[in-house]
Formats: sequence, structure tokens, C-alpha cells
Amino acid sequence: MAAVSGLVRRPLREVSGLLKRRFHWTAPTALQVTVRDAINQGMDEELERDEKVFLLGEEVAQYDGAYKVSRGLWKKYGDKRIIDTPISEMGFAGIAVGAAMAGLRPICEFMTFNFSMQAIDQVINSAAKTYYMSGGLQPVPIVFRGPNGASAGVAAQHSQCFAAWYGHCPGLKVVSPWNSEDAKGLIKSAIRDNNPVVVLENELMYGVPFEFPPEAQSKDFLIPIGKAKIERQGTHITVVSHSRPVGHCLEAAAVLSKEGVECEVINMRTIRPMDMETIEASVMKTNHLVTVEGGWPQFGVGAEICARIMEGPAFNFLDAPAVRVTGADVPMPYAKILEDNSIPQVKDIIFAIKKTLNI
Amino acid sequence: MAVAIAAARVWRPNRGLSQAALLLLWRPGARGLARSHPHRQQQQFSSLDDKPQFPGASAEFIDKLEFIQPNVISGIPIYRVMDRQGQIINPSEDPHLPKEKVLKLYKSMTLLNTMDRILYESQRQGRISFYMTNYGEEGTHVGSAAALDNTDLVFGQYREAGVLMYRDYPLELFMAQCYGNISDLGKGRQMPVHYGCKERHFVTISSPLATQIPQAVGAAYAAKRANANRVVICYFGEGAASEGDAHAGFNFAATLECPIIFFCRNNGYAISTPTSEQYRGDGIAARGPGYGIMSIRVDGNDVFAVYNATREARRRAVAENQPFLIEAMTYRIGHHSTSDDSSAYRSVDEVNYWDKQDHPISRLRHYLLSQGWWDEEQEKAWRKQSRKKVRAPRPGGCGGGC
Repeated sequence: MAAVSGLVRRPLREVSGLLKRRFHWTAPTALQVTVRDAINQGMDEELERDEKVFLLGEEVAQYDGAYKVSRGLWKKYGDKRIIDTPISEMGFAGIAVGAAMAGLRPICEFMTFNFSMQAIDQVINSAAKTYYMSGGLQPVPIVFRGPNGASAGVAAQHSQCFAAWYGHCPGLKVVSPWNSEDAKGLIKSAIRDNNPVVVLENELMYGVPFEFPPEAQSKDFLIPIGKAKIERQGTHITVVSHSRPVGHCLEAAAVLSKEGVECEVINMRTIRPMDMETIEASVMKTNHLVTVEGGWPQFGVGAEICARIMEGPAFNFLDAPAVRVTGADVPMPYAKILEDNSIPQVKDIIFAIKKTLNI
Repeated sequence: MAVAIAAARVWRPNRGLSQAALLLLWRPGARGLARSHPHRQQQQFSSLDDKPQFPGASAEFIDKLEFIQPNVISGIPIYRVMDRQGQIINPSEDPHLPKEKVLKLYKSMTLLNTMDRILYESQRQGRISFYMTNYGEEGTHVGSAAALDNTDLVFGQYREAGVLMYRDYPLELFMAQCYGNISDLGKGRQMPVHYGCKERHFVTISSPLATQIPQAVGAAYAAKRANANRVVICYFGEGAASEGDAHAGFNFAATLECPIIFFCRNNGYAISTPTSEQYRGDGIAARGPGYGIMSIRVDGNDVFAVYNATREARRRAVAENQPFLIEAMTYRIGHHSTSDDSSAYRSVDEVNYWDKQDHPISRLRHYLLSQGWWDEEQEKAWRKQSRKKVRAPRPGGCGGGC
């Protein structure tokens, strides 16, 4: 391809036959964007597009965000659009909900979702339920975002995964991006959505760069909420996951591929409304299912997937019971060796897959 | 020894509301009939009387429309005993602490400072994952700890290691907790600086801010029920005081009449958020009277002022079963934590001022020198010794587990 286009694009100046110059048309270096920058871009574009959008939370303004996700936004948009709040999650979540009810489109950042528990009444009782309770009269177009789930060495009160808690509630949409593309597309869709949307980011993913496809570079790049993505095609087993563990599943799939096992890895992207169609279609193809999540097992995301599989057409296609790989059923300990063994590792995923496939 | 509850104004009915009612409420003796009885005594209701009968407030009528101005220009004054050079200003306020006690105060502060430096460096070297220093606030810790009984229960936020240090928590246990190693009595479950010691009545540190405030009130209520002659002290920063839990805690302490000392370390910053963005009122001390709580503001870098205020608050809290609020003004010289770089939001000059001109350790050292209880030789020797102690702590210090 490079050679052909070189011939076509040859400059008009004639060069002697011995020293023929050709243009080599190399593909441009793929654009690498970290998850942090992708979220930043998404918010920046939406702040620019719609004046009613604003960001509030602790340390989001001059400090650029506790995890630097809102870097540069205060400098660009100023005090009116990027607001530092006093330390009261319940307070600023309530203020954000009120602002949303009055017609603004707030992005409410929790320093981590663990601290959203101090505001959970505002999130559930006020944001989630109001549209229904008002008979459709009062929408609450708000986005709650922040890091969710395990980080590194931050122990129990900074490491809980809230996917199951928020995914449980009607009235909320809940998304959980894995890579940069997910992060940008989902935050933009969340901001444009008129419902309360909980965006569960991941602190350990913030600094990870991913290739950004050209369409993701557009200012109107949206990922639909409620649609999962098949990250890797496979035939032997369906592996469903969300957020950081998706990466672990892909690693496990790469290892197993060498042994002749082809895993189909699904990145859920959205927790609520869950894209069961994609999961069912995949299970009907592969006949085996493993779910992987960082959260605790009881009443978790995997539990919900298994229940719905049983209720749907895919049940009859299962050749083995579905298996859930989850975080350990303990508050996250601090010491590294304890922490490493409390979250699902690649070896745990491989073990579960082999067990399901009986190999 | 009277605590100079400076600017106490006796609230008299005929002065009306035009004076700043935000200052201390001083009632003679017990807290009035209405408070000490389980059921409020009501005035005989007579329609001939033109006095207000509302159950919600005890006040006179006024016929002039006047809003109370929040007093932020000249706020609640700051009680201090020493000046910035460690000299006693008003001799009648000198607590006249014996030499050993003052030396213990000094050594606790300096040992903490040394441990902070070494552990901060440890984090930078990758040996521990996280650390929070106490630079500049050592005075608030030891001054208050010294004024309490050893059995008084302590609820901290995360920047009160000096309280444990004063209570002789072994260095190796501080380290073990930070390293999360096998010697850690918390079995590696908690992040660094989340100390806890049952034997020393120091409740394990919990990360979410201000959750310790209502818990401390509950513990104080239990102490009252048990007739324990015990006070609970609850530490928190001025930022955490913005949390809803703080409001609930203050209100309950007053309505349930609990023997608790609320000790607010107002150090000027909550990560990068300065007090000007944290609140618009006159700090935290001004909130106390709003809840019916005896309140005072002290110079947190003056160990004797902190000591005096805490001592008197403790005595009265236990004797009268009522809460006290002490707002200790100080300055956070270090970064919020090892995850923070404060040069991003404040000037080096500002930090240097507090480090060089108004530091609790220096001020107490000046006092010690002027008393002839300390000198340069001892200072040098102690610095060396404290570094050695932190570097190689002796095992088995707790003697029976905490």
C-alpha cells in the first residue's frame, strides 16, 4: 500500500531513474490518550457545548481535582462553572440535585465513591426517585462521578465497589468505563442524558494510556448508555466484566489462547440498564459463562447476570453452571499481600474459566 | 485559676439582641431551670402579660427591624498565655507546670516531629505507601493530652498522633502500623497513620471525615450514664466541621448534656481549600453558642493556652455534664499528605513564616530556656537521641498489647 501510494503521490519534479524518490505513506502514530485525559476532554467538550453544564466537588477547581481529572478546567471556565465546595458530600450533592431540578446540568464529583455514602440519601431518594415520584414532571439531569472500587494501598474505607449498590436502584443509570474511549464516550453521554447517571471510574485506570480511534477524537463522540462491547471475539466461553477487570480478562484470554481456548470478552460499559442481549447472544454461542468483577460477591453484578441468564433464553444453551469471579468477601485490608489476594487476579480468572470448561 | 474566657458578656434580657449574641452564653451555676430538668418548666401562661410565650426561644420582644450581623471582622478573641517568644504575658494565667511535665511536653512534640520527618522520607523512598505529618500542630496535641486523664477517651481525625505520643505509645507500634507489618496490632488492615490503642483509650482512626463526632458524643453519653468521671475528647479539623455529622454531633451533645470536649484544629487548609472557602462565619468557635455549647478560641501554637483551656473544659464538662468547644488556631506547615504538594496553592513564604516565627516547639523551647530548664547542649543531645530512638525502636514496648 505504501509503495503504491508513493507512486501516485510522487512529486512533479522529475528525478533521474537512478535516484528515484518515493514518498512512503506510513500510517500516523496512533493517538494514545490516558483515561484521565479522556474524561477531562469529555467534560471540557460538554462544558463548552452547553452553558448549563458545571462541575462541583472538593478540590476540583484550582487544585485541578484530587486525582487531576479536572486539570485545566477551572483555568478555562472559571469560578462560575468549576466550583470548589466545603467538605460536605451530603451538602454539595444536595445542592447539585437542587440545581439540576432548577434546570442546570451539574457534574457532581465525589473524591471517591466511598464518600458518596455520606450523600447517598441525596443520590437515591432525591436524584434517583424524583422523576418517577413526580409523575414525569421533574427530571434531575445530574451526573455523579468519581473513582470507584479498589485502588492501591488505601484500605477498606477507600476501596469499596458501588456498582451493585447503585445498579440496584431504578431511576439511576450507572456506567462503568474501562478504557479511554469508554471514559470519554460515556461521560459525554452521561452529561447529555436527562436522567441521573452514576459514572464509576477507576483510580488505577486514570493514568493508563489507550489507543484513541479517530472517531473518539470528535466532539460529538458518544457511547450509548446501555450497550456493552465485545472486546474480543471467542468461541469457547463468554467472560463478562466491567471496569478495570476487563483488562485482566483480556490478559487471561491471551494466556488461554496459547492453550487453544478462545474467550469472548465482553466489556459491559453500562451496569444499569444492563445489556443482557449482548451477553445472552454470546452465551448462546459459547455455551459457557464466567463473570468477573472487583466488588463483593453477595448481591453483586455477577449475581444479577447469572439470575437473568436463568430467566432468559440463554439458560438452555449453558453446558455448565456460570461462575462468578469477585473480590474477596472482606473489607479491603491494607498490607500489600493481603490486598493482592482480595481482588480478582488474572490467575483467578484463568482458574475459573478452566473450571467452567472442565479442563 | 480562671480560664480567661475573654470577652464573656453576660447576656441580660433587657440588652436585647443588638449585641453580638454569638459570644459565650454565661449562666450562673447550673444551666438554668429549663435545662437541668427533664421537662421544661413553663411560665404560668397569662394573657395579661405581654411577654413572648413561644416554646422555641427564651427572649424579649423587639420592635425595631434589625438583622444580627455575623461578627467576622473582630471575631471571638484568641486566648493565649505565652507570646511568640515563649514569655508568659499574664502571670496569673501561667499554669506553673512542674519541670518534668513541661519537659515531657517538649520531648513529645520534638519526638513526634522527628518521627514525622523519618516516616515522610520513608514514603518518598517507597518503604511505606502513604503518610501524613503533623508539622506545626504538635502544640494542639500535647497541650490537650496533658490536660486530660489517661483514661479519657480520645476520638481523633488523623492528625493527632501527638496525643498518642504523649500517652507513651511505643515508637515501634507507630512504625508497625505505618508499615503494615507483622508487629502491627491492627494486622495490616489499615492505611498508615490510622492508629488505635485500646490500652491508651485512643479510638482507631477512621478515614471518612467527621464520622467520629457523633460517635464521640455517644461515647460521652455512655460515660455519663456510667457515672465514670470521664470525659471524651473529639478532635477534628475546620474542614471536617463542614460535614453534616458535625452539626448532628454538636446538637446532640448539647441536648443530651454529654461530658465531651470538641477540639477543633483550625489549621487554615483542608487539602488546598483555604478557610475563606470552607466557611463564611467566624470560624468554628462561633458555631458553639448557636448550639448552646460553651466555646473558646485559643492560640493552638501556645501549649499552655491549649493546656489551660482543655483543663478547665475537662473539669467543668465532667462536673456539669455539658459539652465544651475549643477552637485551636494553628497552621498546617506540612502538606496535607504524601499525595499532596502544597506549593501548588500557597506560597513558600507563608509556610516559612509559621515554621520560623510561630512554631509551638520553638515557643516552648524559649520558655524552657528562660526557666533554665534546657540548653543548647541538651537540645543537640536530644535531637540525636530522638533520631536514634525512631530509627531503632526497642521491641516489646507495649507490654501486653493495646
